[in-house]
Amino acid sequence: MRAAIVTFPGSNCDYDCYKALTDVIGAEAYFVWHREHDLKNPDLVILPGGFSYGDYLRAGAIARFSPIMTETIEFARAGGLVMGICNGFQVLCESHLLPGALVKNESLKFVGRSVYCRVENTETPFTSEYREGQVVKYHVAHGMGNYVADPETLDMLEADRRVVFRYCDANGNVTPEANPNGAARNIAGIINEAGNVLGLMPHPERSMEALLGSTDGVPLFDSIRRCIDERAGVGAGAA
Amino acid sequence: MTLFSVEVRVTPRAGILDPQGKAINSALHSLEFAEVDDVRVGRLVRMRVRAGSEEEARRKVDEMCRKLLANPVTEDYEIAVGGR
Repeated sequence: MRAAIVTFPGSNCDYDCYKALTDVIGAEAYFVWHREHDLKNPDLVILPGGFSYGDYLRAGAIARFSPIMTETIEFARAGGLVMGICNGFQVLCESHLLPGALVKNESLKFVGRSVYCRVENTETPFTSEYREGQVVKYHVAHGMGNYVADPETLDMLEADRRVVFRYCDANGNVTPEANPNGAARNIAGIINEAGNVLGLMPHPERSMEALLGSTDGVPLFDSIRRCIDERAGVGAGAA
Repeated sequence: MTLFSVEVRVTPRAGILDPQGKAINSALHSLEFAEVDDVRVGRLVRMRVRAGSEEEARRKVDEMCRKLLANPVTEDYEIAVGGR
């Protein structure tokens, strides 16, 4: 698996993704600067967290027009796997690869802490290694993670099982108290219609080692690898 | 070509929660401005635009709003074109 990690001015989770992919998962990963035009033939593109362009105008609004985004949008439209984490999720919404938008947290405060999320759909390239309804412990760190969309869009996302992660308590109950930012219907992560573009506010790349409090991000990266291996026709029947 | 002064007013769409507006609303209440209600906070973008006519300037800025200055999911915008 070859993963391209796009770095914008202000990205700050690019190295976390790199370490997760290389050290923990054993994949090949490399950085692509936002001004470049070539993704260098990856299996996966990651738009990492951070504050691209200082969140000027709106989070992700300016990064969306970076040269490399043209390639990323083409890659996504051709079925390539794209994952946007935190600021990357904001960029995906601004790029119209995902519906809706992320606005200021309801509390107006930056929230940086562990949260629980329920895996709502395991039939995606990003979640096949989880159990349906599994409660995972991830970390969030954002000021603008409040997912909004019009009611029709929200109903469509629910009906098509495109809500992939939802904030919940430790027992998997979806409650207002478990929602760190006021996101509509406790939505933490969604997928596009074709099922190859995932955006989520929590940081699975920070939940990769027991030393750091959780290894619940590992199955997400394992799922991606499995999908890529299956697409390449290797590992069929293997453990 | 004429230079037009243009102001774009971007506001959170009705029905979209505006946490900043809410916080300012309650701060105003703490200052005993009890008559205040429904505070909304937006953004003012001021620019100069070269165009052949006011109509053209407006059309260009409308395109800028749709592409970059406003997010149609969460925001509305108004364009005011002045002479120069």
